[in-house]
Amino acid sequence: MMLAAIVPTTTYYLILAAVLFGIGATGLLVRRNPLVMFMCVELMLNAVNLTFVAFATRFGNIDGQTAVFFVMVVAAAEVVVGLGIIISILRRRPGATADDLAELRG
Amino acid sequence: MELLVFVLASAMVLGGAVGVIVNRNPVHAALSLVLTLFGVAVQFVALEAHFLAAVEVIVYAGAIVVLFLFVIMLLGVDKAENLEIEPFPIQRWLAAIVGLGVTGMLIASIVRGRKILAEGEPLPASGDDNIRALARNLFSDHVFAFEFTSVLLIVAVAGTVLLTRKTPASEKAAEAAAEAARSSKAKS
Amino acid sequence: MLDVIWLIPAFPLAGFLTILLFGRRLGDPVAGFLAAGAVLGSFVVSVGAYFDLLSLDEHDREHIETLFSWVPVSSLQVDMAFLADPLSLTMCLFVTGIAFLIHLFAIGYMHGDPKFSKFFLYLNLFVLSMTLLILGENLLVTFLGWEGVGTCSYFLISFWHHKDSAATAGKKAFVTNRIGDWGFMLAMFIGFEAVGSVSYGALNGAAEGGALSQNTATAIAALLFVGAVGKSAQFPLYLWLPDAMEGPTPVSALIHAATMVTAGVFLMTRMNPMLAAAAPEVSTVIAYVGAFTALFAATIAVAQTDIKKVLAYSTVSQLGYMFLAVGSGAFVAAIFHMVTHAFFKALMFLGSGSVIHGMHHEQDMRKMGALRKFMPITAFTFLIGWLAIAGVPPFAGFWSKDEILLFALVKSPVLYVIGLITAVLTAFYMTRQIIMVFFGEAKWTSHANAEEAAEGDEAHASTAHGEFKPHESPGIMLVPLVVLAGLSAVGGIIQLPSFGFIPDNWQHKLESWLHPVVEAGEAHITESGAYDNKELLALLAIACALIGIGVAVAIYAKHLAKPVEPEILADGWKYDSTVSAFMGGPGRKAFDAVAWFDKTVVDGAVNGVGKLVSGGAGELRKTQTGNVRNYAGIVGVGVVALLVWFVIGRGVL
Repeated sequence: MMLAAIVPTTTYYLILAAVLFGIGATGLLVRRNPLVMFMCVELMLNAVNLTFVAFATRFGNIDGQTAVFFVMVVAAAEVVVGLGIIISILRRRPGATADDLAELRG
Repeated sequence: MELLVFVLASAMVLGGAVGVIVNRNPVHAALSLVLTLFGVAVQFVALEAHFLAAVEVIVYAGAIVVLFLFVIMLLGVDKAENLEIEPFPIQRWLAAIVGLGVTGMLIASIVRGRKILAEGEPLPASGDDNIRALARNLFSDHVFAFEFTSVLLIVAVAGTVLLTRKTPASEKAAEAAAEAARSSKAKS
Repeated sequence: MLDVIWLIPAFPLAGFLTILLFGRRLGDPVAGFLAAGAVLGSFVVSVGAYFDLLSLDEHDREHIETLFSWVPVSSLQVDMAFLADPLSLTMCLFVTGIAFLIHLFAIGYMHGDPKFSKFFLYLNLFVLSMTLLILGENLLVTFLGWEGVGTCSYFLISFWHHKDSAATAGKKAFVTNRIGDWGFMLAMFIGFEAVGSVSYGALNGAAEGGALSQNTATAIAALLFVGAVGKSAQFPLYLWLPDAMEGPTPVSALIHAATMVTAGVFLMTRMNPMLAAAAPEVSTVIAYVGAFTALFAATIAVAQTDIKKVLAYSTVSQLGYMFLAVGSGAFVAAIFHMVTHAFFKALMFLGSGSVIHGMHHEQDMRKMGALRKFMPITAFTFLIGWLAIAGVPPFAGFWSKDEILLFALVKSPVLYVIGLITAVLTAFYMTRQIIMVFFGEAKWTSHANAEEAAEGDEAHASTAHGEFKPHESPGIMLVPLVVLAGLSAVGGIIQLPSFGFIPDNWQHKLESWLHPVVEAGEAHITESGAYDNKELLALLAIACALIGIGVAVAIYAKHLAKPVEPEILADGWKYDSTVSAFMGGPGRKAFDAVAWFDKTVVDGAVNGVGKLVSGGAGELRKTQTGNVRNYAGIVGVGVVALLVWFVIGRGVL
């Protein structure tokens, strides 16, 4: 079939990553539960990883994949610390959402 | 063939992503996240980044999402939040602008630049398989950053342990909070 | 003595400071003698400087003594400097001399007043300001003195400030003067802008040398005249002078007869090259304003009943004569009349002070009469002053008035006729005053008792029910009267005209003395028809004086006809009340409108800026919700904006 002849080029992956990033950003702004907000951040990080790898494959440069490696490590560390913070806050105030943590209002 | 793989994997990615932001129950959202991560792993394989695909599944889906679920269960925040109401009316507008704007602009620039992407010549292949090439790059060009990440991991762990310690003061506060929660539940 | 000419203002300054610090301790009469001594010191220095100047050659008679640099501000360099030339020394001599005599008089007049030392404090301050005015080498020092005499006038007019009328009169004088000062200041600004300096040498030099355009010279001369109109009480700014009679009589004598009011004439004479360089219309206007004021005030004086008010309007009238002279180019005649007027008007004011003192502070002439029997010396000296002002030769007033009329005729016959009519009226009302006060029947018996009793005056309570008798004043008050009478009698000698019977070297002494100062502006009338007939004109002037005297004697002494004193004249042609009504009514509304504008628009704008900032801040505060999601949203919007700029703006798209 004609369809089978179409090979997904780099552009396809880039667009997919862009859409994924947009969804993650929207979710971050809409959800109030802190843990779900964190998951949206993970979505965005994955979109970036996808972009890096797409470019690495296109240009044959392995540096892109190394970048993804580091992104993953940092994301792991970030999740650990972030969840620690969420735990210590929610221990005091069970059932709090992002809206309830508004002490810095002017 | 590749197109079919791409479409299926994209469906998993996008479906899971939408699921994350739409599901009211955080546990369901976490499971949608796992679906997305799988999809991304499949894309990695299609892009010949085999090692990364494995790491994606093991670290992201295997460790990070599990950690999320642990915390959800530990804190008991698995109650569904009501997505209908929005305390700040402007928030939905901001979300719309950001979501559509970012996506639109990125897609526009990608589409515009697709010819340039198609033209250039790739670098000559190194001949090694993926993991070997990655290792070679990581431990020669980026060894310094590699060492730093190990420090980062230790600091993160130590920091988190310190943050989540139960001191006598926080014990008392937690007690008081639980008391208040119980009494309000008893009244209502 | 010329190098220490700064002592002339320094002595009264020292007196002022001493009385300021120790006045209350010195008391009555030491403070008075101290003040008089300071002025005497100034007079002595003036005399010394006069002789020094006389020894110089005629064209070198100008000495500038610079004390220090007063205003050194880039292009504006003004020094505290004094100019000793014939004009300023003439003024200094008669100002300090008469001031000294008046100080002596005041020691007697103000005896017993609780604020005795304060009076002499202000008097010394006044002499200081007046000498600064006269000796100033530039317009700014003169202006300093100008303002100083205005301030002292305010202090001294409202000296008895617990009297409402006195306090109001002081304010009225100050405010009216201010209007004139505005003209003076504008003239200074224009002069500085045109020449780059405010010193007389620079301004007059530029005017004489033709460096000033006629328009600039006209503007400066006209604006200085506005200042002179305010200070010298010409129409329309004369209305403060009659009210200024609320002050003690020595004040009226010194400030409002002999010295301060002549400052305007002095200024115009000092700036005569400017007048010469200006359009001829300016001089014509000055002459007509002076002539009109002279006639106007003389008509009002005819109907006044207060002894001091007659003299006040008479002063306005005689000042009008001086401006008529200035406008006709007769600067020497103006100064001459200024000097003789100072003698006889100060004499008559002091004489009226003596009368008031002897009549226990009664000022209404209708309640006086036959005082020559009780106050012989006062009466005798007053009569000499009367003859001088009426223009009867050989007393001083005749010579000066005659010279002015001569120049007026050359300028325009209309001015001459106005001057003659005014001369008739002057003789008339002065004779009227003499008769009402010193001759005729004594009218003081019934009323004075009732008035004194009503005022609760303890000192006169004994005489209230008994015999009320006016008494002669103490010696210290009579000495100045005698001296001034002598000067009024022989003062004409300084400028005798060229009548045939007068020896040549006795003629025109003042003119040759003042010649270098006024040669730019002095009119030359030796070739005119009027000059040829000057003896005839002199006889005409004498005839006018005699007519005036005769009519007054007929009406008031011989009672041959009924006195004509219409009320409108007594009210001063209702000018004062019109001004008050205007200022109180439409004027007040205009001022309220300006005040409203200031409060609402100007203050509103300033406060509005504050409110704007505060309101804006209040609105901006709303962005700080403290909510993480909002902040994240705004960060996202920023990212979108950046992307838009890169993609669309920079043409990646």
